[in-house]
Amino acid sequence: MSASEHLIQPGHRACAGCGLLVGARLAADTSDGKIAVVNATGCLEVTTTAYPQSAWRVPWIHSVFGNAAAVATGVRAGLRVQGKDVPVVAQAGDGGTADIGLQALSGMLERRDDVLFVCYDNEGYMNTGVQRSGLTPFDAATTTTPVGEWSFGNPLPKKDLVSIVLAHSPAYVATATIAYHKDLERKMQRALATKGPRYLHILVPCPLGWKFEPRSTIGVSRLAVMSNLFPLAEWRDGVLGRVKGPAVPVSVDEYLKAQGRFSHLFRDERGVDARATIQNMADETARRFGIRAYGDVVGVESPAGHAGAASSNG
Amino acid sequence: MRPLTPGLVVEAGSSVDNHTGAWRTERPRFLSVACNGCDLCAVYCPEGVVFKAAPKRYDFDPDFCKGCGICVEECPVDDIVMEAEIR
Amino acid sequence: MKVMEGAEAIADAVRAAGPKVVSAYPITPQTHIVEALSQAVADGRLDAEFITVESEHSAASVVLGAAATGVRTFTATSSQGLLYMAEVVLNIAGMRLPVVMTVANRALSSPLSIWNDHQDSMTLRDSGWIQLFAQTAQEAHDLHLVAYRIAEDPRVLLPVMVCVDGFVLTHAFEPVEPVSDEAVSRYLPPLSLPFVLDPARPATFGAYADPTVYTEARFAIEAAQRRSAQVLSQALGEFAALTGREYSPDFDRYRLDDADVVMVAMGTAAQTAQVAVDEMRDEGVAAGLVAIRRFRPFPAAELVAALGNASRIVVFDRSVSLGSGGIVAGELRSALYGRLLPQIVGVVAGLGGRDVSVETLTQAFRAERDGWIDLRPDLEEIAP
Repeated sequence: MSASEHLIQPGHRACAGCGLLVGARLAADTSDGKIAVVNATGCLEVTTTAYPQSAWRVPWIHSVFGNAAAVATGVRAGLRVQGKDVPVVAQAGDGGTADIGLQALSGMLERRDDVLFVCYDNEGYMNTGVQRSGLTPFDAATTTTPVGEWSFGNPLPKKDLVSIVLAHSPAYVATATIAYHKDLERKMQRALATKGPRYLHILVPCPLGWKFEPRSTIGVSRLAVMSNLFPLAEWRDGVLGRVKGPAVPVSVDEYLKAQGRFSHLFRDERGVDARATIQNMADETARRFGIRAYGDVVGVESPAGHAGAASSNG
Repeated sequence: MRPLTPGLVVEAGSSVDNHTGAWRTERPRFLSVACNGCDLCAVYCPEGVVFKAAPKRYDFDPDFCKGCGICVEECPVDDIVMEAEIR
Repeated sequence: MKVMEGAEAIADAVRAAGPKVVSAYPITPQTHIVEALSQAVADGRLDAEFITVESEHSAASVVLGAAATGVRTFTATSSQGLLYMAEVVLNIAGMRLPVVMTVANRALSSPLSIWNDHQDSMTLRDSGWIQLFAQTAQEAHDLHLVAYRIAEDPRVLLPVMVCVDGFVLTHAFEPVEPVSDEAVSRYLPPLSLPFVLDPARPATFGAYADPTVYTEARFAIEAAQRRSAQVLSQALGEFAALTGREYSPDFDRYRLDDADVVMVAMGTAAQTAQVAVDEMRDEGVAAGLVAIRRFRPFPAAELVAALGNASRIVVFDRSVSLGSGGIVAGELRSALYGRLLPQIVGVVAGLGGRDVSVETLTQAFRAERDGWIDLRPDLEEIAP
């Protein structure tokens, strides 16, 4: 595919090595251009649509930060009454999805509107300078959860947004990340082909906010899956399908040490405990999804057992 | 500058007027020695400007490449190298 | 002629205008309008999608999205609801989308009040929306049709807020002559926008503006506001030809020609003010009334022309810029400054549903300085 065929054209102003633009381009190209896109305020919006230029070759609209899902409902209704039957894709970062956009997303899902909502999760408010969001992971350093004498980064676990979405009984839900591009494209295709409320959660590493070299974006994305911190899952009508997990999981340390936002976890004794906690989270997640946990590989039983198993997987 | 449209409606795909190649301090060189045509360099390019020039040869558009090095990093056969940008 | 509730009269005009997408969130005293429209959709009298949402923020967002695809839309709100949708309200104007919204005017919290004043609409006076204030149910009905006409005019392309007094207008029953559907279809041409969100012609809406173009984009809204005054004048002229009902495009003039003391008011209070003018005349005061219909764009030049003979102007404000004074009074002073030198007295009253009686207004006529005239002497904040 040459540049001119992509539905997101070059000339956009995203940082070098931006994982978000890899994900957004792969997702858009999957559609063959027969979509209308509603974008929340955020990195994807400001980097691709600085007047008088736009990178988008599909109908595209941005309104404000928190309303992408509701604008998408309106766009879908407006197109439908005119007999223009194309999928409407709402897209937002993790802030525009899980924080300021959550109410509108809930409304859209609950009304069973025929909209595909795509969350490009880079785990923080990167466009405003790397502040903590509800999807920032535990212990990650951000500019509003900095590491200091009394602080060890973000004190709260990442919000389980997929479970919140699943509670609305949408038609299709999936998680994906850019390193597994064929998986991402397949899920995007399925999401586009499904009617009703749909949700795709795409993890997109951010070199700036996660503090790694731009060339490592895909590698970091891959390690998120290999360490079981981000399993690749899919739900049709709320039923969990096959989960893509690593044949041999790696320690969360492999993922954490690749990113400067976790560098404080490798400085002293406190970091050892913190990494053990995060390893437990990953193992718990793996067991919840029925995939192989690192703890199982090295023979460590998670003390918390299977507590979360029934909560979200339908 | 184009005249203002009501509500600043913008022509689709017009970002190609913005050449981001100037951001680059390093550039990829596609050796085309071990290339197996796997496409990953093109798939993972954030700009979408790596393209297949022949079945086992890739190239990039210097007008837009920001020099991130993802193509070099992800090439499974180490057939791409980064070089200093000389202007 | 039918006796209709104000809300019903508004809903009937909106139904006749035929929006394709309607979205709203419940808030008193706007609810009767959208309830009537929901029923019209349910009965098959309005071929539209009525979308129930989880907030006013989303109601405004839904009509924004639908309007961008090129269909006629409608929403309605009041008070906190208008403020909750505020960022989208400004966004709709900036994107030049011809949304029509009814604001059933209601006081703002805190303290909570469901009753009428103009603080909600006035707080969004800088939003880029055209703002029209109605005095009667008939006028509210008619102005909604005119609102679509001017919003969608290619010389304007701005949203219009039709402001009606909550309860006093929305819940009162008045005789109304509805415009026939046939006449409405002649008056409102099918919507045709220069740019729409269309898969066949992809374009980008809502681009980000850097400092090289932001000022010009905002100035374009200002220029469209200015142009809309003439477009409104034409639209009202055609409306009069169609229905026989004439409305001035800026403000009503009551016993103004020889008036020495002129009251400026908006909304339903202007009807009562006519009675107050007559009483003042009976007392020998040459009183007159200006009842502002078009608050945005503000009819500054027209007011200068109309108020030339007055030595004293009393502005009756049902909203206040706390720490400064009545909002209309401030705007009027600004408009007249350096051109006319009457005494201008800004009177704040009728807040949070406090009844605006003939006595309130004659008291206002007699006010000698700026201030709040209907404060109860027995109620005052205790000393800290």
